[in-house]
Amino acid sequence: MIQLDAKIPDGPLAEKWTRYRQSARLVNPANRKKLEIIVVGTGIAGSSAASTLGEMGYNVKVFCYQDTPRRAHSVAAQGGINAAKNYKNDGDSIYRLFYDMIKGGDYRSREANVYRAAEVSNATIDQLTAQGVPFAREYGGTLANRSFGGMQVSRTFYAQGQTGQQVLLGTFSGLCRQIANGTVKMYPRRDVLDVVIVDGKARGIITRNLITGEIERHSAHAVVLATGGYGTIYYLSTLAVNSNGSAAWAAYKRGALFANPSFVQIHPTCIPVLNDFQSKLTLMSESLRNDGRIWVPKTKGDKRHPNDIPEEERDYYLERRYPAFGNLVPRDVGSRAAKERCDAGYGVGATGLAVYLDFKDAIAKQGKNAIAGKYGNLFDLYQKMAGENPYEQPMRIYPAGHYTMGGLWVDYNLMTTIPGLFAIGESNFSDHGANRLGASSIMQCAGDGYFILPYTMANYLAGEIKTPRIPTSTTEFEEAEKAATDKIDRLMSLRGKQTVMSFHKRLGKIMWDHCGINRNEEGLTSAFQMVDDLEKEFWQEARIPGTSSELNQELEKARRVADFFDLARLLIRDALERKESCGAHFREESQTVTGEAKRDDEHFAYVAAWEYQGKDQPPKLHKEPLTFEYVELKERSYK
Amino acid sequence: MKVYLKIWRQKSAGVKGRFMDYVLDDASPEMSFLEMLDALNKKLIEKGEEPVAFEHDCREGICGSCGLYINGKPHGPEKKTTTCQLHMRSFKDGQTLIVEPWRARPFPVIKDLIVDRSAFDKILFAGGFINVDAGQAPEANAIAVRKERAEEAFDAAVCIGCGACVAACKNASAMLFISAKVSQYALLPQGEVEAKRRVQRMVAEMDRLGFGNCTNTYACEAKCPKGIKVVNIARMNREFFKAKVGAQKESLTTGGLA
Repeated sequence: MIQLDAKIPDGPLAEKWTRYRQSARLVNPANRKKLEIIVVGTGIAGSSAASTLGEMGYNVKVFCYQDTPRRAHSVAAQGGINAAKNYKNDGDSIYRLFYDMIKGGDYRSREANVYRAAEVSNATIDQLTAQGVPFAREYGGTLANRSFGGMQVSRTFYAQGQTGQQVLLGTFSGLCRQIANGTVKMYPRRDVLDVVIVDGKARGIITRNLITGEIERHSAHAVVLATGGYGTIYYLSTLAVNSNGSAAWAAYKRGALFANPSFVQIHPTCIPVLNDFQSKLTLMSESLRNDGRIWVPKTKGDKRHPNDIPEEERDYYLERRYPAFGNLVPRDVGSRAAKERCDAGYGVGATGLAVYLDFKDAIAKQGKNAIAGKYGNLFDLYQKMAGENPYEQPMRIYPAGHYTMGGLWVDYNLMTTIPGLFAIGESNFSDHGANRLGASSIMQCAGDGYFILPYTMANYLAGEIKTPRIPTSTTEFEEAEKAATDKIDRLMSLRGKQTVMSFHKRLGKIMWDHCGINRNEEGLTSAFQMVDDLEKEFWQEARIPGTSSELNQELEKARRVADFFDLARLLIRDALERKESCGAHFREESQTVTGEAKRDDEHFAYVAAWEYQGKDQPPKLHKEPLTFEYVELKERSYK
Repeated sequence: MKVYLKIWRQKSAGVKGRFMDYVLDDASPEMSFLEMLDALNKKLIEKGEEPVAFEHDCREGICGSCGLYINGKPHGPEKKTTTCQLHMRSFKDGQTLIVEPWRARPFPVIKDLIVDRSAFDKILFAGGFINVDAGQAPEANAIAVRKERAEEAFDAAVCIGCGACVAACKNASAMLFISAKVSQYALLPQGEVEAKRRVQRMVAEMDRLGFGNCTNTYACEAKCPKGIKVVNIARMNREFFKAKVGAQKESLTTGGLA
């Protein structure tokens, strides 16, 4: 019987983390060498955690599916990374950053975790700068900041529009250093098939070598999942197409609780779907909204070229509806507003599923060079993808699935409900509530990896110093390997005619239509049945050529899609159960007269943590009540 | 649009590969090059044949996974464009497209169009970092960095590690790749401290792995999807000579991939 305990330290909010560190247990350097840690995933969270644990002297084994750690999808984060440095002297503070995240998350995150994320943000900037991350600078040589969607202070550090790449390469460089030092052993091109539990504790993983197809066993004293989000459940999303939820799903099936799975951020500014073959949607950083103005024609179905539509016939709907924040409203608000206009028939482009993001005024005021200096690479990217020049005509944008606030449930130690199994970065649920603020994702990832997990890991491993090296010859490993092999054999035995990708695409459409920007009871209920039917069809009609004992990309996809059917049902169930609207989760039944999200704190101020009960049993819901001692729950208004 | 494809097929490392011919009738100009290959693969799978293996992930030009040699050019005909950002509108209806993996001895073929680029990582293990532990960093603004210098460092740091520079070079030289990393750190005060040691180690590892030398054809710069300039190679040479003058012997230990 699982009893959720978030293990929040006592004391005032601002002192909790300090107190924790002062009283946490430590592992002495001589013992660290004897302890092994597995880290899965090499994005900003995984690589910063692995390198830091390596620096401390633990034996670290790191796994990723890519050919090299540097390709993890953190690389694609564009806009920036927040920190409460208050370099701009504009009233920022740790408390303010904390408050903005709590409010931005629509009061569905845990105060203590969020405060700590804000607290370590400054050290993260110091660390990355020392590692040679070339952040943008002012003429005086100090670091530059900009404001970012939904915030009223300038606290975002950036490297043009490719901050994620630069931060990831910074954390990757630290990983390279530890690989060279021999404290970290790197296993690229591996998919994690299962998490192995021995006597109730996470003790290893089962992997598939993606080149040889070999199934491998790896053991350790603790396992860290840094496997990112599951936004590719929508098929079309801003994520790398191979990003997936399978490792987190394996952990869930082994007993780790999955929290708030339906909290998925739909990013408002992406290049829209341009054709039927499209395999992904490309994000246009919301930093563009600092200078771009969003509009649609005032007349339905206006087919004129955007440059021919006069000013008075344009509806700058965000500025109209939200005068205080205008184009800088948070992502969920921006996404819904775009969908509302398009559904009402005002959308632009061939599909009518797009709105304009216009830089005409900014270019007139600041000059083309200034705009190119800030967003040059994004403008180039847009031109390559859409084939239109955004310096000369507005961009067309539309919302797309982007970030999953939901994830594995973790306590204050970032440990799941399985002892010794940790989840960091996007793969956990803890810091962003029902909606994530821009530029706080890589902030959380680096903070978790550099400054939080190393302490909480020591606190856990202090109880493991007498545990010898974990053997992989035990029945637990055997059983996990057999289950993984059986599943692969079952997939390989399918003799249908349809591609795995075609199933993924259809699943994505079901999820986007019924569990996307807007949700309602009827749609969700029907989606449940549709997913079931599609899954049945998949297990009869899918086709995976080749064998499992070689590089087989279709098999890789099939494993991930097979897990997505299960995960899709959990998303739908969670969305059904949460009858309120909050953050990115918009239940049509729960809205204000002006069409804004209506939260229901009386009934839904909790984290929904789901426990697996077996393939044919509905999962069990555990509720972690959210109490707010330092923040008053308010209606989240951006008007 | 219709395209005729000649694609390199090779079952695995060490076996003989060959070109196979395919015709795709229903390509469209808005498709990306990889989406065109997706469409081909769909047809192959539905016929029960093995799809063409190629590496890809972010599909927005930043992860560096994709890299195909298209009609004799790494990443195809466009400038500053990765294969995933290349669109079929760059080709003519009825055109023949010859698609190969990177050809370079340090990048052996794994299957079809996928090559092993782990040699790049090995060079980085040799010195592509600044020796600073988490927790040791001073306040970020304590060290001022001239804006222009930071921007120059950034311009070098945008390398995505795709390997097009090596594939474009007749010598299979990795000097653009290495010099970008050497430059990024040498330009910043944070990295300058160990600049000498770094450049020597990275160059030694490059030699050990069998990459060729630079003979100034500038093919790498022309085909770099991120526009990294050969001026970085000049800077690396300068750094290397500086380091050699009065250099201390460094132990050239590196870690390895499993």
